[in-house]
Amino acid sequence: MTINEIQDELIEDFAFYQDWMEKYEYIIQLGKEVPLISDAHKTDEYIIKGCQSKVWLFAELEGDKIKFTADSDAIITKGLVSLMVKVLSGHTPEEITNADLYFIDQIGLKEHLSPTRANGLLSMVKQMKLYAIALKAKG
Amino acid sequence: MGTFDIHKVREDFPILNRTVNGKPLIYFDNGATTHKPKQVIDAIVNYYADMNSNVHRGVHYLSQISTDAFELTRRKVQAFIHAKNEHEIIITKGTTEAMNIIATCYGRPFIGADDEIIISAMEHHSNIVPWQMLCDEKGCKLRVIPMDEKGELDIEAYRLLFSDRTKLVSFTYVSNALGTINPVREMIQIAHERQVPVVLDAAQAIQHLKIDVQELDVDFLAFSGHKMYGPTGVGVLYGKEELLNKMPPYQGGGDMIKDVTFEKTTYNELPFKFEAGTPNIEAGICLAHAIDYIDNLGIEAIKTYEDGLLAYATDRLSHIEGIRFIGTAAHKSSVISFVVDGIHPYDIGVLLDKLGIAVRTGHHCAQPVMNQFGIPGTVRLSLAMYNTKEEVDIFIAALERAVRMLK
Repeated sequence: MTINEIQDELIEDFAFYQDWMEKYEYIIQLGKEVPLISDAHKTDEYIIKGCQSKVWLFAELEGDKIKFTADSDAIITKGLVSLMVKVLSGHTPEEITNADLYFIDQIGLKEHLSPTRANGLLSMVKQMKLYAIALKAKG
Repeated sequence: MGTFDIHKVREDFPILNRTVNGKPLIYFDNGATTHKPKQVIDAIVNYYADMNSNVHRGVHYLSQISTDAFELTRRKVQAFIHAKNEHEIIITKGTTEAMNIIATCYGRPFIGADDEIIISAMEHHSNIVPWQMLCDEKGCKLRVIPMDEKGELDIEAYRLLFSDRTKLVSFTYVSNALGTINPVREMIQIAHERQVPVVLDAAQAIQHLKIDVQELDVDFLAFSGHKMYGPTGVGVLYGKEELLNKMPPYQGGGDMIKDVTFEKTTYNELPFKFEAGTPNIEAGICLAHAIDYIDNLGIEAIKTYEDGLLAYATDRLSHIEGIRFIGTAAHKSSVISFVVDGIHPYDIGVLLDKLGIAVRTGHHCAQPVMNQFGIPGTVRLSLAMYNTKEEVDIFIAALERAVRMLK
């Protein structure tokens, strides 16, 4: 699936939930599905700054595609990073750097994109795109 | 002094009628800032609609009435904290600026290399960092009063921290992160027995406790308007006249001068020496209305009501499975900090927000406190006079729901 197809599917999934608590139940569920970062990479070097909770994110190339792994000590944050991994993992660096992540707004998480929000969704997006740029240069 | 009628009080705060995420707002983040009664909001509007003019300068009518109103605040503050003199009340931007004025204007001239400043383990960053900056500049040292697992300061250890190099003591009246009320009268006496002046951070005390600076014999006191139902951008530095008089001005500019020539400037008298430039006139004037509001209810009546609410909320919370209170001092004021086993405070904060409940999560600008308890942060409820037991009940149900989701 393309990045946009995954985004559209998530938008559809979220439309199913009526209230915020249900949406967060789903986000928490998604957190449990995140491909976990290995212990070797769960270090300060891979922490994303700007979150009230800790978020670790690692990226590597598998063939020409980037695979992301992540974790967080807060489970809602883990759900948010899981969402991002779901959308961006398994795509080429080119596709990731060019991605327009419209789904965040559409599923009602736009407020989380503000630079002043404590969960750092914006920092996650930035970091993932930075990884893509770095790995593109490497590849 | 009036009687405390919670329904009447709530009617005075228009924001309490709004909803958040489709739910009635429950605001438990009063330690960060309190809401404003309509008496204060109306005064702000009235200032701009009817009075707006610069203070302390003009001979014209508007300037005179705004100056009178601004100076009325100074007298109200003086009466509110029972200061001896009106000119001992310096109007600042807030507690942080007040602390920085002391660190700069008292610290720089009177504290030197190898001198010592005593603070406590439960200070807000604004009562740590200004002193650290002074220490970096002057080579003085910070000594820290230790705190036990209940969040109470070790007074015996405090006594032993004094040396002949101790030049200043600065601590908080009420901890913003733990709610501990410190035994400030005793602590001030201990410092004065050694002829050391004391700074009291009253940012979390002024809205809850009766403060009498002469009775406490405190040398400096700082607090903010916005945490006592007043406007943002105004605060107070109280200082004893003899100390303020021997301190140099904080900033140079208008209002703080007597005469300026290119050769020499002579400074204005107290309090204007420390009030360079145009102040936040509107906030300064309207702080008086917040003080009136508190005075009309009576600070003792407010305290009695808030203490009842604190006890109720603490009791209800204690039945939450896995809860651990951070800060269990015998004397507490309006703050409950807690963590729930295995759950990040941030997760609880997000879900409560979606249920219309405002709490603060994180380190509360008191990272050393969090480090001592070995936690990244807490969920903090900070109560105000307009909160109710019904709100606590709704909060408890919401917290139980959040905990079920997050376990």
